[in-house]
Amino acid sequence: MKKTLLSATIGAAVLGLGSAASAATLDDVKAKGFVQCVVNTGLAGFAAPDSSGNWTGFDVDYCRALAAAIFNDPSKVKFTPTTAQTRFTALQSGEGDVLARNTTWTISRDTSLGLNFRPVNYYDGQGFMVPKALDVKSALELSGAAVCVQSGTTTELNLADYFKANNLDYKPVVFEKLEEVNAAYQAGRCDVYTTDQSGLYSLRLSLSNPDDHVILPEIISKEPLGPAVRQGDDQWFDITSWTHYAMVQAEEFGITQENVDEMKNSENPDIRRFLGVEADTKIGTDLGLTNDWAYNIIKQVGNYGEVFERNIGMETPLKIERGLNALWTKGGLQYAPPIR
Amino acid sequence: MTDHAVTAPPAGRTLASYIYDPKFRGLFFQALTLAIVLIVGWWIFDNTTENLRRANTASGYGFLSGRAGFDIGQTLIPYTSDSTYGRAILVGFLNTLLVAFLGIITATIIGFIIGIGRLSHNWLIAKLCTVYVEIFRNIPVLLIIFFWYKGVLGALPQVRESLELPFSSYLNNRGLAFPKPIWGDGAILIPIALVIGIVAALAIARWAKARQAATGQQFRTVSTGLALIVGLPVLAFFLAGMPLTFDYPVAGRFNLTGGGNIAPEFVALYLALSFYTASFIAETIRAGIKGVPKGQSEAAGALGLQPSKITRLVVVPQALRIIIPPLTSQYLNLTKNSSLGVAVGFPELVSTGGTTMNQTGQAVEVVSIWLVVYLSISIATSLFMNWFNAKMALVER
Repeated sequence: MKKTLLSATIGAAVLGLGSAASAATLDDVKAKGFVQCVVNTGLAGFAAPDSSGNWTGFDVDYCRALAAAIFNDPSKVKFTPTTAQTRFTALQSGEGDVLARNTTWTISRDTSLGLNFRPVNYYDGQGFMVPKALDVKSALELSGAAVCVQSGTTTELNLADYFKANNLDYKPVVFEKLEEVNAAYQAGRCDVYTTDQSGLYSLRLSLSNPDDHVILPEIISKEPLGPAVRQGDDQWFDITSWTHYAMVQAEEFGITQENVDEMKNSENPDIRRFLGVEADTKIGTDLGLTNDWAYNIIKQVGNYGEVFERNIGMETPLKIERGLNALWTKGGLQYAPPIR
Repeated sequence: MTDHAVTAPPAGRTLASYIYDPKFRGLFFQALTLAIVLIVGWWIFDNTTENLRRANTASGYGFLSGRAGFDIGQTLIPYTSDSTYGRAILVGFLNTLLVAFLGIITATIIGFIIGIGRLSHNWLIAKLCTVYVEIFRNIPVLLIIFFWYKGVLGALPQVRESLELPFSSYLNNRGLAFPKPIWGDGAILIPIALVIGIVAALAIARWAKARQAATGQQFRTVSTGLALIVGLPVLAFFLAGMPLTFDYPVAGRFNLTGGGNIAPEFVALYLALSFYTASFIAETIRAGIKGVPKGQSEAAGALGLQPSKITRLVVVPQALRIIIPPLTSQYLNLTKNSSLGVAVGFPELVSTGGTTMNQTGQAVEVVSIWLVVYLSISIATSLFMNWFNAKMALVER
């Protein structure tokens, strides 16, 4: 009896995997009428519900762009908030259609998790934040410190590697939920907070005295963040990738939410093709969408630069510079393959 | 079933005669149930493997020997980021066992005190115990964990303003730092002496019991036993030339370094589990004592036994028979509730397993390990308590 019970329990535990990875995600999405987007539980500027319960943020806008491309309606998206530990299972099990949760693209996640990553919509790197009062100038001075970190992240692994490589001691203080890591740092349970630098900027805002904390100059890792989908559905992978590229390309063309209607009358064949007004263009339909998919994205959500500035840019409380995320024409890494 | 007189059916039975044959009907439904269970089990297995295959994820338990790469704050065995995932899970398992073991002992002690306190004739004591039980029994254990972690331990001073305690110990919101004993050469004599002391004490207790049964003479078993168990190791300590030094905690740039440290995550979980489960155990104890008929103690009194002996020799042994089975359930609950430690970042089994699951993506395998481990702990606890229960059970003559 006990054996039967055990296997039944194991079975029940994995039943969540019941509807995994059906081939045509686009058809499923169209059938149910919305995109199910796996996001963070709350990271200001990237994905967090505002005071009236609407999700806003950089990752959220990516999901909205996806919904605009498919449905011409950025509100046709539902959000699944997940912790760092549950995000991959949520995607693998089919609970979500796309993972847009400031997730680092690594080779092991790309292969052993059965996921596909592309493109990188935010180039990040791991940093450290400490209270000013500790008078720390460099991460190399951190020997003996207690470090707060979220479990199940690449951050946790980079931290272990960095301290080991530099022969430094530390005491990890590890929590599963971001909110608990924040609370622990604020309560002085640890001396150092480490996560992606974008996250540190976001977190610093939520502290009671943001100016009492300083972000150290060292960046100890490459953290290319971007959306991920399940393997085995190339069409859906193309749609999620080109949604981002369209936004980047629009910024490069100088197409904004405001001037996109005028741009339709442009003489530039590249722009006309991009916005789907060239007579024989098949770009949109080949993707499985309509030919005005890119127009819809820009009209409803905006180009990459607009989304960046609106959520995390210099005008927002986060005050993050474009840096690596500037267009390639401006010395950054954001580069869209030709849309033709 | 056996006393049903089923007459041998005549040759060429009709369908109806099968339907009305209780023996046949019984067999039929048992076979049907078995078939349903097997089919459901097979379906679950098949569905899982099929979906895992379709999800293109790696599977199997090979990942356990891979390098973990993450650090763990509190470990009972040596562990670094170079250790394997298997060892990380083992670290979590041992932490679970530690908190469950200590929690069970503490909960039992508090539970006994509160349970007996509720039966006290002193109005104040009885009411205080009632209040305790009602408060802790009616709050979810997760909230009690948060209460201890954020409300009590989180309110302790920052590390630079640590409270100084006797024996060079310091208390702050990162836990309790204390001098760590370092045993030198010859210290092995001490545990050996302890074992000898315990064995000798047990032998004396046996001998004293036999002698009392034979001659009626009593012997000071408890004090002699204690003297042996405490005295022999102390003697060994001095004989070995006091091989003991201390590693004192000292203030470093960030933390107190050196010495031993008890982290607040562990303390919060341990205290919360102990206090929560103690409220249930208290009620179990009270029920057990109330369950012994009053006539028993009256009869013992009529035989001239002192009140303390009435409790120890007449009431408690009978109450235990009622107490032990529900007590087992409470112990199992406590062990399983320890998985809530993940909420305050205590690296127990669910926590280290969860990290492993996320880094490797092998959810089904890790979940199966969790299930098997908790099931094993629970079954082991059950077996022990069943054995203890059988030993305590009334021997019917």
